[in-house]
Amino acid sequence: MSVPAPAATQFVEEHPIDTLLRADRFPHILCPACGIGSVIHCYVQAISESGIDKAQHVCVSGIGCSGRAAGYINVDSYHTTHGRAVPFALGIAVYRPELCVTVISGDGDLSSIGGNHLIHAARRNVNLNIICINNFNYGMTGGQAGPTTPVSAKSSTTPFGSWERPFNLPHLAHAVGASLVSRWTVLHARQLKQTILKAMHKQGFAFIEVLSPCPTGFGRPNDRGDGIEDMRRYRQRCVIDDEAYLPDIDIDITDDTSPIVVGNFVDIDRPPFQPVLGAPRREVAKVLAENANQRTRSRESVGHEH
Amino acid sequence: MPGTVSATASTPPRVMTGEHFMVGDHACAEGALAAGLDFFAGYPITPSTEICERLAHRLPQVGGTFVQMEDELGSIAAILGASAAGARTLTATSGPGFSLMMENIGLAAMMEIPCVIVDVMRGSPSTGLPTLVGQADVFQARWGSHGDYGIVAYSPSSPQECFDLTIRAFNVADRLRIPVFVLMDEVIGHMTERVVIPPAQQIPRVDRKRPSHEPGDAVFLPFKADADLIPPMAHAGEGYNVHFTGLTHDERGYPALNAQTHEQLVTRLVNKVAVHAPEAILTEEVDLDDAEVVVVAFGCTARSARRAVAMARQQGVKAGLLRLISLWPFPEERVRDLGRRDAVKRFVVPEINMGQMCREVERLTHLPVQSINRAGGAMITPQSILEVLVS
Repeated sequence: MSVPAPAATQFVEEHPIDTLLRADRFPHILCPACGIGSVIHCYVQAISESGIDKAQHVCVSGIGCSGRAAGYINVDSYHTTHGRAVPFALGIAVYRPELCVTVISGDGDLSSIGGNHLIHAARRNVNLNIICINNFNYGMTGGQAGPTTPVSAKSSTTPFGSWERPFNLPHLAHAVGASLVSRWTVLHARQLKQTILKAMHKQGFAFIEVLSPCPTGFGRPNDRGDGIEDMRRYRQRCVIDDEAYLPDIDIDITDDTSPIVVGNFVDIDRPPFQPVLGAPRREVAKVLAENANQRTRSRESVGHEH
Repeated sequence: MPGTVSATASTPPRVMTGEHFMVGDHACAEGALAAGLDFFAGYPITPSTEICERLAHRLPQVGGTFVQMEDELGSIAAILGASAAGARTLTATSGPGFSLMMENIGLAAMMEIPCVIVDVMRGSPSTGLPTLVGQADVFQARWGSHGDYGIVAYSPSSPQECFDLTIRAFNVADRLRIPVFVLMDEVIGHMTERVVIPPAQQIPRVDRKRPSHEPGDAVFLPFKADADLIPPMAHAGEGYNVHFTGLTHDERGYPALNAQTHEQLVTRLVNKVAVHAPEAILTEEVDLDDAEVVVVAFGCTARSARRAVAMARQQGVKAGLLRLISLWPFPEERVRDLGRRDAVKRFVVPEINMGQMCREVERLTHLPVQSINRAGGAMITPQSILEVLVS
């Protein structure tokens, strides 16, 4: 029985996002089943759907596997030093506020060596989109533990299992003032792209954690199987809960019975960082003053109840 | 209500043309403003804080951006980012903060992002003497970040030079696409003297080279240097889709991790400063025509040296002064020439460190080089230099 070929079948030489990738740099350095490529895809998809001129998009990375992201994206891109992507991006975003500046980097780069910049940029509400790819280890250097490595997980620097409490990154980002806080996995490609799109149009500091498989660095010493195993785990364990109580959404990636809470947790409007005198800044000062008054009033009301 | 200050008719202009009685740190800030500073990021540290404070007040009123960062790591990163987007950028610090900036100073050299970094030197190492003078950061300025690269550093000896050399630092940074240092010392930073600020149209300005190709022109290679070894610079947001990386990169800006590309890139980064050294080097010569003993000095120590040379001449000793206005590149040819003169018998190098710039002089002459050193905390007096000159 012959199946006739559909008449409309066409072979095209180009994909719509080709112009957003530096194809002349392929093959890339990433391992088979690494999740970083999926994040890059979601980011460039968001660029193409953003309605913002491609020339207005800037991508900044730090150091590490995720830090290589900037090098594959065909917009103005800056591959900076370890931990300093956020303040470098701040310089661009503050000097050229019309640009849409996105930082793509890893959990170690952003929350360990760059942790201080992360919390202060969030506190200031700098207009940046942070895509933090969390693979629970330092992949580029061969699988060392970091501030996101789960308790008991093995790595080349925790050969007997990690015993440090890891960061709960969405809780951290919210606590220090981020305007938009989300967590997805690379399995949630559509949700992730939508959240990146939302971040691109949001004035303020957006923090998006993306859980990503690292079969080479994290999977192997912890018997996690290959990348597809991690994707199955994400599908089985992830619970979308936008209303989640953030202190409770710690991840234990090694405990296959516990849920992984994902979602768009925080989306608030707060005046973005604008250190230029004039009308915008006066507006910021007014809003901050009003917020301060409200807090004072709420404390007073609490006092009366007692 | 906080943050509501705005420019009014009484706001001082960007260039405060006129005569002033001004402290060195403020003169440096005014020099930056006159040079067209767009973006300052810094962190308070003695004895440079007055630069930060002056710019916090002045820069926003003339349309610029002032950001107090969380630390010096962030300060240097922020000025590199803003410069990559086209701004003239500055940070100001002192030894401990300068140490923290070293990694990204290497990034600035590697990415060829122009910026100006002021280091007001205090007693060191470590926390040392925060409020007292030192001159011990001169080799850190030259070699502080890992690897080989070229930089330019100036060392003012007066508040007037704080103003003048800061302007020059911006022009050299943009011309060569490098980080340029203004290495003040605490005495000069905190010294108050007459400062003359010329009319705005007399402030020299040299801008960075810009691409002649349109965005999208495949012929344009963002890191392909011209014959002067300097590539034109495309800024963020202009549509060139540039890639800047601290990794060894080819003319496209793409990582190319091999010995050949590294050899070409690092050689060019070093040579581009070397071949333009004559444009960058500045010295002042006092009584060198018949000098038998040549004092080489910079910063506040050059002021003592000038006095000591005059006192020695009164006592019949033919002394002269080579004042280093630029520390790096070192004026090698000038020192070599002086060392070859029949009249010159020896060099004397006073400096507030345990012997740094004297090494540069030593490698350029076979004549005796006498070092006069203080660890820091106080100036070297004219008398202590005179004693060596007349001995």
